[in-house]
Amino acid sequence: MIARIGRTTLGILAGLGDFALFTGRCFSAAPSARRPWPRIIRALHEQGAVCLPVILIVGLFTGLVLGLQGFHVLSRFGSEGLLGSLVSLSLVREMAPVLASLMLVGQAGSALAAELGMQRNTEQIVALETMGIDSHGYLVSPRLFSCLLTFPAQTALFVIVGLWGGALSGSLLLGVDSGVYWSAIDRSVEGRDIGECLIKALVFGILAVGICAYQGFHADRDGSAGARGVGAATTRSVVLSSISILIADYVVSSFYV
Amino acid sequence: METRADLLTVEGLRKGFGGRLVLDGVDLRVPRGGIVTVLGPSGAGKSVLLKCLGGVLPADWGRILFDGKPLFPGGKDVRGEFRRKSSFLFQGNALLDSLTALENVCLPLEQTTELPAAEIRRLGLEALGQLEMEAFADQFPSRISGGMQKRLALARAIVTRPELVLFDEPTAGLDPLRRNAVFAMIVKYQRLFRFTALVVTHDVPEALVASDTVALLEGGRIRFEGTPGDFASSSLPVVSGFRDSISGLAATVASIRAD
Repeated sequence: MIARIGRTTLGILAGLGDFALFTGRCFSAAPSARRPWPRIIRALHEQGAVCLPVILIVGLFTGLVLGLQGFHVLSRFGSEGLLGSLVSLSLVREMAPVLASLMLVGQAGSALAAELGMQRNTEQIVALETMGIDSHGYLVSPRLFSCLLTFPAQTALFVIVGLWGGALSGSLLLGVDSGVYWSAIDRSVEGRDIGECLIKALVFGILAVGICAYQGFHADRDGSAGARGVGAATTRSVVLSSISILIADYVVSSFYV
Repeated sequence: METRADLLTVEGLRKGFGGRLVLDGVDLRVPRGGIVTVLGPSGAGKSVLLKCLGGVLPADWGRILFDGKPLFPGGKDVRGEFRRKSSFLFQGNALLDSLTALENVCLPLEQTTELPAAEIRRLGLEALGQLEMEAFADQFPSRISGGMQKRLALARAIVTRPELVLFDEPTAGLDPLRRNAVFAMIVKYQRLFRFTALVVTHDVPEALVASDTVALLEGGRIRFEGTPGDFASSSLPVVSGFRDSISGLAATVASIRAD
Protein backbone atom coordinates (compact mmCIF):
# COMPACT_ATOMS: atom_id res chain seq x y z
CA MET A 1 0.00 0.00 0.00
CA ILE A 2 2.70 2.46 1.01
CA ALA A 3 4.87 1.34 -1.86
CA ARG A 4 2.00 1.92 -4.27
CA ILE A 5 1.35 5.39 -2.85
CA GLY A 6 5.05 6.13 -3.16
CA ARG A 7 5.19 4.93 -6.75
CA THR A 8 2.08 6.94 -7.65
CA THR A 9 3.46 10.07 -6.02
CA LEU A 10 6.80 9.69 -7.76
CA GLY A 11 4.96 9.09 -11.02
CA ILE A 12 2.96 12.28 -10.60
CA LEU A 13 6.05 14.28 -9.74
CA ALA A 14 7.92 12.83 -12.71
CA GLY A 15 5.00 13.71 -14.96
CA LEU A 16 4.88 17.26 -13.68
CA GLY A 17 8.60 17.61 -14.20
CA ASP A 18 8.38 16.20 -17.71
CA PHE A 19 5.55 18.60 -18.51
CA ALA A 20 7.53 21.56 -17.17
CA LEU A 21 10.54 20.55 -19.28
CA PHE A 22 8.33 20.15 -22.35
CA THR A 23 6.72 23.57 -21.92
CA GLY A 24 10.07 25.19 -21.20
CA ARG A 25 11.56 23.59 -24.30
CA CYS A 26 8.66 24.86 -26.43
CA PHE A 27 9.13 28.40 -25.17
CA SER A 28 12.91 28.31 -25.61
CA ALA A 29 12.61 26.89 -29.13
CA ALA A 30 10.54 29.87 -30.25
CA PRO A 31 13.34 32.41 -30.93
CA SER A 32 15.12 30.02 -33.30
CA ALA A 33 11.96 28.91 -35.11
CA ARG A 34 12.13 29.87 -38.78
CA ARG A 35 9.32 31.58 -40.61
CA PRO A 36 6.83 31.08 -37.74
CA TRP A 37 4.24 33.64 -38.83
CA PRO A 38 2.03 31.35 -40.96
CA ARG A 39 1.75 28.97 -38.02
CA ILE A 40 1.19 31.77 -35.51
CA ILE A 41 -1.57 33.21 -37.69
CA ARG A 42 -3.12 29.76 -37.97
CA ALA A 43 -2.99 29.38 -34.18
CA LEU A 44 -4.55 32.84 -33.70
CA HIS A 45 -7.34 31.75 -36.01
CA GLU A 46 -7.85 28.41 -34.19
CA GLN A 47 -7.87 29.99 -30.72
CA GLY A 48 -9.47 33.27 -31.77
CA ALA A 49 -11.90 33.36 -34.65
CA VAL A 50 -12.96 29.72 -34.45
CA CYS A 51 -13.73 29.96 -30.73
CA LEU A 52 -15.42 33.36 -30.94
CA PRO A 53 -19.00 32.12 -31.30
CA VAL A 54 -18.81 29.90 -28.22
CA ILE A 55 -17.19 32.71 -26.19
CA LEU A 56 -19.94 35.13 -27.21
CA ILE A 57 -22.76 32.68 -26.48
CA VAL A 58 -21.42 31.48 -23.14
CA GLY A 59 -20.48 35.02 -22.13
CA LEU A 60 -23.93 36.33 -22.97
CA PHE A 61 -25.77 33.61 -21.07
CA THR A 62 -23.41 33.83 -18.12
CA GLY A 63 -24.24 37.51 -17.89
CA LEU A 64 -27.94 36.82 -18.31
CA VAL A 65 -27.93 34.26 -15.50
CA LEU A 66 -25.85 36.49 -13.22
CA GLY A 67 -28.29 39.33 -13.84
CA LEU A 68 -31.31 37.11 -13.22
CA GLN A 69 -30.03 35.35 -10.12
CA GLY A 70 -28.30 38.44 -8.78
CA PHE A 71 -31.44 40.53 -9.04
CA HIS A 72 -33.53 38.05 -7.08
CA VAL A 73 -30.91 37.68 -4.33
CA LEU A 74 -30.25 41.42 -4.00
CA SER A 75 -33.93 42.33 -4.09
CA ARG A 76 -34.42 40.45 -0.79
CA PHE A 77 -32.23 43.06 0.84
CA GLY A 78 -33.50 45.99 -1.25
CA SER A 79 -30.10 46.24 -2.90
CA GLU A 80 -30.99 45.89 -6.57
CA GLY A 81 -28.82 48.89 -7.25
CA LEU A 82 -25.74 46.76 -6.57
CA LEU A 83 -26.54 44.43 -9.46
CA GLY A 84 -23.91 46.02 -11.68
CA SER A 85 -21.27 45.49 -8.99
CA LEU A 86 -22.26 41.86 -8.51
CA VAL A 87 -22.29 41.04 -12.21
CA SER A 88 -19.06 42.87 -13.03
CA LEU A 89 -16.99 41.63 -10.10
CA SER A 90 -18.20 38.06 -10.56
CA LEU A 91 -17.32 38.18 -14.23
CA VAL A 92 -14.01 40.00 -13.97
CA ARG A 93 -12.59 38.17 -10.99
CA GLU A 94 -13.80 34.62 -11.63
CA MET A 95 -16.39 33.73 -14.21
CA ALA A 96 -14.84 35.24 -17.31
CA PRO A 97 -11.26 33.91 -17.00
CA VAL A 98 -12.40 30.47 -15.82
CA LEU A 99 -15.32 29.91 -18.17
CA ALA A 100 -13.61 31.44 -21.20
CA SER A 101 -10.56 29.23 -20.63
CA LEU A 102 -12.69 26.13 -20.15
CA MET A 103 -14.52 26.86 -23.39
CA LEU A 104 -11.21 27.37 -25.19
CA VAL A 105 -9.94 24.08 -23.78
CA GLY A 106 -13.04 22.30 -25.00
CA GLN A 107 -12.80 23.68 -28.49
CA ALA A 108 -9.23 24.63 -29.36
CA GLY A 109 -7.39 22.57 -26.77
CA SER A 110 -9.03 19.27 -27.59
CA ALA A 111 -8.49 19.89 -31.30
CA LEU A 112 -4.82 20.62 -30.64
CA ALA A 113 -4.36 17.42 -28.63
CA ALA A 114 -6.10 15.36 -31.29
CA GLU A 115 -4.09 16.90 -34.13
CA LEU A 116 -0.75 16.40 -32.40
CA GLY A 117 -1.80 12.89 -31.37
CA MET A 118 -2.58 12.01 -34.98
CA GLN A 119 0.70 13.53 -36.09
CA ARG A 120 2.52 11.41 -33.51
CA ASN A 121 0.56 8.37 -34.66
CA THR A 122 1.47 8.85 -38.33
CA GLU A 123 5.15 9.64 -37.57
CA GLN A 124 4.83 13.24 -38.80
CA ILE A 125 6.51 14.52 -35.62
CA VAL A 126 9.38 12.08 -36.03
CA ALA A 127 9.61 13.04 -39.72
CA LEU A 128 10.18 16.67 -38.71
CA GLU A 129 13.05 15.59 -36.45
CA THR A 130 14.64 13.54 -39.27
CA MET A 131 14.53 16.65 -41.45
CA GLY A 132 16.46 18.54 -38.77
CA ILE A 133 13.39 20.56 -37.72
CA ASP A 134 12.73 21.01 -34.00
CA SER A 135 9.21 19.61 -33.67
CA HIS A 136 8.59 21.51 -30.42
CA GLY A 137 9.44 24.83 -32.03
CA TYR A 138 7.57 24.07 -35.24
CA LEU A 139 4.35 22.61 -33.86
CA VAL A 140 3.88 23.88 -30.32
CA SER A 141 5.68 27.21 -29.88
CA PRO A 142 3.37 29.15 -32.24
CA ARG A 143 0.37 27.90 -30.29
CA LEU A 144 1.89 28.79 -26.93
CA PHE A 145 2.72 32.31 -28.04
CA SER A 146 -0.68 32.77 -29.62
CA CYS A 147 -2.45 31.91 -26.40
CA LEU A 148 -0.69 34.83 -24.68
CA LEU A 149 -2.79 37.05 -26.93
CA THR A 150 -5.96 35.03 -27.50
CA PHE A 151 -6.78 33.94 -23.96
CA PRO A 152 -6.71 37.50 -22.52
CA ALA A 153 -8.55 38.82 -25.59
CA GLN A 154 -11.25 36.15 -25.43
CA THR A 155 -11.59 36.72 -21.68
CA ALA A 156 -12.01 40.45 -22.21
CA LEU A 157 -14.67 39.79 -24.81
CA PHE A 158 -16.39 37.39 -22.43
CA VAL A 159 -16.51 40.15 -19.79
CA ILE A 160 -17.92 42.72 -22.21
CA VAL A 161 -20.60 40.40 -23.54
CA GLY A 162 -21.37 39.18 -20.03
CA LEU A 163 -21.88 42.75 -18.77
CA TRP A 164 -24.32 43.38 -21.59
CA GLY A 165 -26.04 40.08 -20.75
CA GLY A 166 -26.41 41.26 -17.19
CA ALA A 167 -27.81 44.57 -18.45
CA LEU A 168 -30.25 42.71 -20.67
CA SER A 169 -31.69 40.56 -17.89
CA GLY A 170 -31.29 42.91 -14.93
CA SER A 171 -32.01 46.21 -16.54
CA LEU A 172 -34.16 45.59 -19.58
CA LEU A 173 -36.16 42.64 -18.31
CA LEU A 174 -36.21 43.09 -14.54
CA GLY A 175 -36.29 46.85 -14.33
CA VAL A 176 -33.02 47.92 -12.71
CA ASP A 177 -32.23 51.43 -13.88
CA SER A 178 -29.55 51.15 -16.60
CA GLY A 179 -27.73 54.21 -15.33
CA VAL A 180 -27.54 52.68 -11.87
CA TYR A 181 -26.37 49.36 -13.37
CA TRP A 182 -23.52 50.82 -15.40
CA SER A 183 -22.40 53.31 -12.78
CA ALA A 184 -22.19 50.51 -10.21
CA ILE A 185 -19.84 48.74 -12.58
CA ASP A 186 -17.75 51.85 -12.97
CA ARG A 187 -17.48 52.29 -9.19
CA SER A 188 -16.75 48.65 -8.39
CA VAL A 189 -14.22 47.43 -10.89
CA GLU A 190 -10.69 48.55 -10.10
CA GLY A 191 -7.44 48.22 -11.97
CA ARG A 192 -6.45 45.44 -9.56
CA ASP A 193 -9.49 43.42 -10.59
CA ILE A 194 -8.65 43.83 -14.28
CA GLY A 195 -5.07 42.85 -13.53
CA GLU A 196 -6.24 39.73 -11.73
CA CYS A 197 -8.46 38.86 -14.68
CA LEU A 198 -5.66 39.22 -17.22
CA ILE A 199 -3.11 37.35 -15.10
CA LYS A 200 -5.55 34.48 -14.74
CA ALA A 201 -6.21 34.46 -18.48
CA LEU A 202 -2.47 34.28 -19.22
CA VAL A 203 -1.83 31.54 -16.64
CA PHE A 204 -4.84 29.53 -17.77
CA GLY A 205 -3.81 29.91 -21.41
CA ILE A 206 -0.30 28.60 -20.83
CA LEU A 207 -1.62 25.72 -18.74
CA ALA A 208 -4.34 24.80 -21.23
CA VAL A 209 -2.24 24.94 -24.39
CA GLY A 210 0.76 23.40 -22.67
CA ILE A 211 -1.21 20.47 -21.25
CA CYS A 212 -3.16 19.81 -24.46
CA ALA A 213 0.02 19.99 -26.55
CA TYR A 214 1.89 17.75 -24.12
CA GLN A 215 -0.82 15.10 -24.12
CA GLY A 216 -1.08 15.09 -27.92
CA PHE A 217 2.69 15.07 -28.36
CA HIS A 218 2.98 12.00 -26.15
CA ALA A 219 -0.15 10.21 -27.32
CA ASP A 220 1.85 7.03 -27.86
CA ARG A 221 3.04 6.74 -24.28
CA ASP A 222 1.90 4.04 -21.90
CA GLY A 223 1.68 1.59 -24.78
CA SER A 224 -1.40 3.26 -26.28
CA ALA A 225 -1.29 3.45 -30.02
CA GLY A 226 -3.63 4.27 -32.85
CA ALA A 227 -7.05 5.84 -32.53
CA ARG A 228 -7.43 4.65 -28.95
CA GLY A 229 -4.26 6.43 -27.92
CA VAL A 230 -5.33 9.65 -29.62
CA GLY A 231 -8.76 9.46 -28.01
CA ALA A 232 -7.27 8.85 -24.59
CA ALA A 233 -4.81 11.72 -25.03
CA THR A 234 -7.60 14.09 -26.07
CA THR A 235 -9.73 13.14 -23.09
CA ARG A 236 -6.79 13.49 -20.70
CA SER A 237 -5.92 16.89 -22.15
CA VAL A 238 -9.41 18.29 -21.52
CA VAL A 239 -9.75 16.80 -18.04
CA LEU A 240 -6.27 17.74 -16.84
CA SER A 241 -6.47 21.23 -18.36
CA SER A 242 -9.83 21.86 -16.71
CA ILE A 243 -8.65 20.66 -13.31
CA SER A 244 -5.44 22.65 -13.63
CA ILE A 245 -7.36 25.80 -14.49
CA LEU A 246 -9.50 25.45 -11.36
CA ILE A 247 -6.49 24.78 -9.15
CA ALA A 248 -4.62 27.72 -10.68
CA ASP A 249 -7.70 29.89 -10.19
CA TYR A 250 -7.60 29.27 -6.46
CA VAL A 251 -3.84 29.88 -6.30
CA VAL A 252 -3.98 33.16 -8.24
CA SER A 253 -7.08 34.34 -6.36
CA SER A 254 -5.31 33.79 -3.06
CA PHE A 255 -2.77 36.44 -4.05
CA TYR A 256 -5.49 39.01 -4.67
CA VAL A 257 -7.91 38.59 -1.79
CA MET B 1 35.70 -3.30 -41.62
CA GLU B 2 35.06 0.21 -42.83
CA THR B 3 36.43 1.30 -46.20
CA ARG B 4 36.79 4.78 -47.62
CA ALA B 5 33.98 4.03 -50.04
CA ASP B 6 31.53 3.34 -47.19
CA LEU B 7 29.03 6.08 -46.50
CA LEU B 8 27.57 4.27 -43.50
CA THR B 9 29.25 1.66 -41.30
CA VAL B 10 27.45 -0.20 -38.55
CA GLU B 11 29.33 -2.24 -35.97
CA GLY B 12 27.84 -4.40 -33.25
CA LEU B 13 24.53 -2.52 -33.08
CA ARG B 14 22.19 -3.62 -30.31
CA LYS B 15 18.66 -2.48 -29.56
CA GLY B 16 16.07 -3.95 -27.24
CA PHE B 17 12.59 -3.13 -25.98
CA GLY B 18 11.38 -4.12 -22.54
CA GLY B 19 13.97 -6.84 -22.11
CA ARG B 20 13.51 -8.24 -25.62
CA LEU B 21 16.59 -7.88 -27.81
CA VAL B 22 15.59 -7.01 -31.38
CA LEU B 23 19.02 -6.18 -32.80
CA ASP B 24 21.79 -8.34 -31.37
CA GLY B 25 25.07 -7.14 -32.83
CA VAL B 26 24.28 -5.92 -36.34
CA ASP B 27 27.23 -5.29 -38.66
CA LEU B 28 26.53 -3.61 -41.97
CA ARG B 29 28.42 -1.63 -44.59
CA VAL B 30 26.62 0.75 -46.92
CA PRO B 31 28.92 1.67 -49.82
CA ARG B 32 28.65 5.16 -51.28
CA GLY B 33 26.37 5.21 -54.33
CA GLY B 34 24.00 2.44 -55.33
CA ILE B 35 21.16 0.70 -53.55
CA VAL B 36 21.56 -1.47 -50.47
CA THR B 37 18.53 -3.48 -49.44
CA VAL B 38 18.09 -5.15 -46.08
CA LEU B 39 15.76 -8.11 -46.34
CA GLY B 40 14.22 -10.10 -43.56
CA PRO B 41 11.03 -11.69 -42.30
CA SER B 42 8.36 -9.60 -40.60
CA GLY B 43 9.38 -8.74 -37.06
CA ALA B 44 13.09 -9.27 -37.76
CA GLY B 45 13.87 -5.69 -36.77
CA LYS B 46 14.43 -4.17 -40.20
CA SER B 47 12.50 -0.99 -39.41
CA VAL B 48 14.14 -0.80 -35.98
CA LEU B 49 17.55 -1.03 -37.66
CA LEU B 50 16.65 1.71 -40.12
CA LYS B 51 15.29 3.94 -37.37
CA CYS B 52 18.45 3.46 -35.30
CA LEU B 53 20.52 4.40 -38.33
CA GLY B 54 18.27 7.37 -39.07
CA GLY B 55 18.48 8.64 -35.51
CA VAL B 56 14.76 8.09 -34.93
CA LEU B 57 15.45 5.52 -32.21
CA PRO B 58 18.52 5.59 -29.98
CA ALA B 59 20.54 2.40 -30.17
CA ASP B 60 21.53 0.69 -26.92
CA TRP B 61 25.02 -0.34 -27.94
CA GLY B 62 27.35 -0.39 -30.91
CA ARG B 63 28.88 2.05 -33.31
CA ILE B 64 27.62 3.87 -36.38
CA LEU B 65 29.94 5.84 -38.62
CA PHE B 66 28.69 8.30 -41.20
CA ASP B 67 31.28 9.14 -43.85
CA GLY B 68 33.96 7.95 -41.45
CA LYS B 69 32.79 10.14 -38.57
CA PRO B 70 31.20 8.76 -35.38
CA LEU B 71 27.43 9.19 -35.58
CA PHE B 72 26.62 6.90 -32.66
CA PRO B 73 27.87 7.43 -30.11
CA GLY B 74 28.57 10.82 -31.52
CA GLY B 75 28.51 14.53 -31.10
CA LYS B 76 25.99 17.14 -32.10
CA ASP B 77 28.08 18.29 -35.08
CA VAL B 78 28.12 14.89 -36.76
CA ARG B 79 24.42 14.39 -36.05
CA GLY B 80 23.69 17.80 -37.55
CA GLU B 81 25.75 16.92 -40.63
CA PHE B 82 23.94 13.61 -40.90
CA ARG B 83 20.56 15.35 -40.75
CA ARG B 84 21.61 17.76 -43.50
CA LYS B 85 22.95 15.02 -45.75
CA SER B 86 20.28 12.36 -45.27
CA SER B 87 16.55 11.90 -45.71
CA PHE B 88 14.16 9.36 -44.28
CA LEU B 89 11.18 7.98 -46.16
CA PHE B 90 8.66 6.55 -43.70
CA GLN B 91 6.48 3.53 -44.34
CA GLY B 92 3.35 5.68 -44.05
CA ASN B 93 5.00 8.61 -45.86
CA ALA B 94 4.57 10.93 -42.81
CA LEU B 95 3.40 13.86 -44.94
CA LEU B 96 2.09 16.82 -42.97
CA ASP B 97 -1.61 16.82 -43.74
CA SER B 98 -2.09 20.50 -42.91
CA LEU B 99 0.29 21.46 -45.73
CA THR B 100 -0.21 21.24 -49.49
CA ALA B 101 2.00 19.03 -51.65
CA LEU B 102 4.25 21.96 -52.54
CA GLU B 103 4.44 23.12 -48.92
CA ASN B 104 5.40 19.61 -47.83
CA VAL B 105 8.19 19.46 -50.39
CA CYS B 106 9.46 22.94 -49.50
CA LEU B 107 9.32 22.28 -45.75
CA PRO B 108 12.92 21.06 -45.21
CA LEU B 109 14.32 23.95 -47.28
CA GLU B 110 12.09 26.48 -45.54
CA GLN B 111 13.00 25.35 -42.06
CA THR B 112 16.68 24.45 -42.38
CA THR B 113 18.12 26.86 -44.96
CA GLU B 114 18.40 30.60 -45.45
CA LEU B 115 17.23 30.46 -49.06
CA PRO B 116 14.76 33.14 -50.08
CA ALA B 117 11.11 32.14 -50.42
CA ALA B 118 11.09 32.46 -54.21
CA GLU B 119 14.09 30.13 -54.58
CA ILE B 120 12.54 27.60 -52.18
CA ARG B 121 9.36 27.62 -54.22
CA ARG B 122 11.32 27.15 -57.45
CA LEU B 123 13.24 24.18 -56.02
CA GLY B 124 10.04 22.70 -54.64
CA LEU B 125 8.29 22.93 -58.00
CA GLU B 126 11.36 21.47 -59.67
CA ALA B 127 11.32 18.49 -57.30
CA LEU B 128 7.60 17.98 -57.90
CA GLY B 129 8.20 18.19 -61.64
CA GLN B 130 10.93 15.57 -61.47
CA LEU B 131 8.49 13.23 -59.70
CA GLU B 132 5.74 14.16 -62.19
CA MET B 133 3.68 15.69 -59.40
CA GLU B 134 3.63 19.34 -60.49
CA ALA B 135 -0.08 19.29 -61.27
CA PHE B 136 -0.82 18.38 -57.65
CA ALA B 137 1.22 21.17 -56.04
CA ASP B 138 -1.83 22.77 -54.38
CA GLN B 139 -3.48 19.52 -53.29
CA PHE B 140 -3.41 18.27 -49.72
CA PRO B 141 -1.97 14.79 -49.17
CA SER B 142 -5.35 13.38 -48.18
CA ARG B 143 -6.67 14.26 -51.65
CA ILE B 144 -4.10 12.28 -53.63
CA SER B 145 -3.64 8.55 -54.09
CA GLY B 146 -1.27 6.36 -52.08
CA GLY B 147 1.14 6.03 -54.99
CA MET B 148 1.24 9.79 -55.44
CA GLN B 149 1.80 10.26 -51.72
CA LYS B 150 4.81 7.96 -52.00
CA ARG B 151 6.17 10.08 -54.87
CA LEU B 152 5.45 13.23 -52.89
CA ALA B 153 7.33 11.84 -49.90
CA LEU B 154 10.25 11.03 -52.19
CA ALA B 155 10.13 14.55 -53.65
CA ARG B 156 10.39 15.94 -50.11
CA ALA B 157 13.26 13.55 -49.41
CA ILE B 158 15.31 14.55 -52.47
CA VAL B 159 14.67 18.30 -52.52
CA THR B 160 17.62 18.86 -50.18
CA ARG B 161 19.88 16.77 -52.47
CA PRO B 162 20.82 14.31 -49.73
CA GLU B 163 23.71 11.90 -49.97
CA LEU B 164 21.77 9.13 -48.22
CA VAL B 165 18.07 8.26 -48.39
CA LEU B 166 16.64 5.69 -45.99
CA PHE B 167 13.50 3.89 -47.20
CA ASP B 168 11.39 2.12 -44.58
CA GLU B 169 9.31 -0.61 -46.24
CA PRO B 170 8.46 1.59 -49.24
CA THR B 171 6.19 -1.06 -50.77
CA ALA B 172 4.25 -2.06 -47.66
CA GLY B 173 0.64 -2.79 -48.46
CA LEU B 174 1.01 -2.27 -52.22
CA ASP B 175 -0.06 -4.64 -54.97
CA PRO B 176 2.62 -6.22 -57.20
CA LEU B 177 2.28 -3.63 -59.97
CA ARG B 178 2.67 -0.76 -57.56
CA ARG B 179 5.56 -2.49 -55.81
CA ASN B 180 7.38 -2.69 -59.12
CA ALA B 181 6.61 0.97 -59.79
CA VAL B 182 8.02 2.03 -56.42
CA PHE B 183 11.24 0.07 -56.89
CA ALA B 184 11.57 1.43 -60.42
CA MET B 185 11.10 4.91 -58.98
CA ILE B 186 13.85 4.32 -56.39
CA VAL B 187 16.26 3.05 -59.05
CA LYS B 188 15.44 5.87 -61.46
CA TYR B 189 15.90 8.69 -58.98
CA GLN B 190 18.90 7.10 -57.32
CA ARG B 191 20.61 7.15 -60.72
CA LEU B 192 19.38 10.67 -61.45
CA PHE B 193 20.34 12.27 -58.14
CA ARG B 194 23.18 9.88 -57.26
CA PHE B 195 22.21 9.43 -53.63
CA THR B 196 22.94 6.24 -51.71
CA ALA B 197 19.73 4.35 -50.98
CA LEU B 198 19.28 2.07 -48.00
CA VAL B 199 16.01 0.18 -48.31
CA VAL B 200 14.40 -2.23 -45.87
CA THR B 201 11.78 -4.55 -47.29
CA HIS B 202 10.59 -8.13 -47.31
CA ASP B 203 9.84 -8.09 -51.07
CA VAL B 204 12.58 -10.47 -52.23
CA PRO B 205 12.08 -10.59 -56.03
CA GLU B 206 11.89 -6.83 -56.44
CA ALA B 207 14.85 -6.28 -54.12
CA LEU B 208 17.02 -8.73 -56.02
CA VAL B 209 16.25 -6.99 -59.30
CA ALA B 210 16.68 -3.40 -58.09
CA SER B 211 19.55 -3.60 -55.59
CA ASP B 212 23.31 -3.47 -55.88
CA THR B 213 23.83 -5.11 -52.49
CA VAL B 214 21.46 -7.16 -50.36
CA ALA B 215 21.73 -8.08 -46.70
CA LEU B 216 19.58 -10.52 -44.74
CA LEU B 217 18.61 -9.61 -41.18
CA GLU B 218 17.48 -12.58 -39.15
CA GLY B 219 17.69 -13.40 -35.48
CA GLY B 220 18.89 -9.89 -34.70
CA ARG B 221 21.98 -10.11 -36.90
CA ILE B 222 23.00 -9.72 -40.52
CA ARG B 223 23.30 -13.32 -41.76
CA PHE B 224 24.20 -12.50 -45.35
CA GLU B 225 25.68 -9.51 -47.16
CA GLY B 226 26.50 -9.59 -50.86
CA THR B 227 25.29 -9.11 -54.39
CA PRO B 228 21.81 -10.18 -55.52
CA GLY B 229 23.47 -12.90 -57.59
CA ASP B 230 25.26 -14.27 -54.52
CA PHE B 231 21.98 -14.13 -52.58
CA ALA B 232 20.11 -15.97 -55.33
CA SER B 233 22.70 -18.74 -55.43
CA SER B 234 23.56 -18.95 -51.73
CA SER B 235 23.17 -22.33 -50.11
CA LEU B 236 23.16 -20.96 -46.57
CA PRO B 237 20.07 -22.44 -44.86
CA VAL B 238 18.96 -19.07 -43.45
CA VAL B 239 19.16 -17.53 -46.95
CA SER B 240 17.51 -20.35 -48.85
CA GLY B 241 14.78 -20.63 -46.22
CA PHE B 242 13.83 -16.99 -46.75
CA ARG B 243 14.51 -16.85 -50.48
CA ASP B 244 12.73 -20.06 -51.36
CA SER B 245 9.72 -19.57 -49.11
CA ILE B 246 7.34 -19.70 -52.11
CA SER B 247 8.49 -23.19 -53.10
CA GLY B 248 8.31 -24.12 -49.43
CA LEU B 249 4.70 -22.94 -49.38
CA ALA B 250 3.93 -24.96 -52.51
CA ALA B 251 5.27 -28.11 -50.86
CA THR B 252 3.29 -27.41 -47.68
CA VAL B 253 0.04 -26.81 -49.57
CA ALA B 254 0.62 -29.95 -51.68
CA SER B 255 1.07 -32.10 -48.57
CA ILE B 256 -2.06 -30.58 -46.95
CA ARG B 257 -4.10 -31.28 -50.06
CA ALA B 258 -2.70 -34.80 -50.33
CA ASP B 259 -4.00 -35.69 -46.83
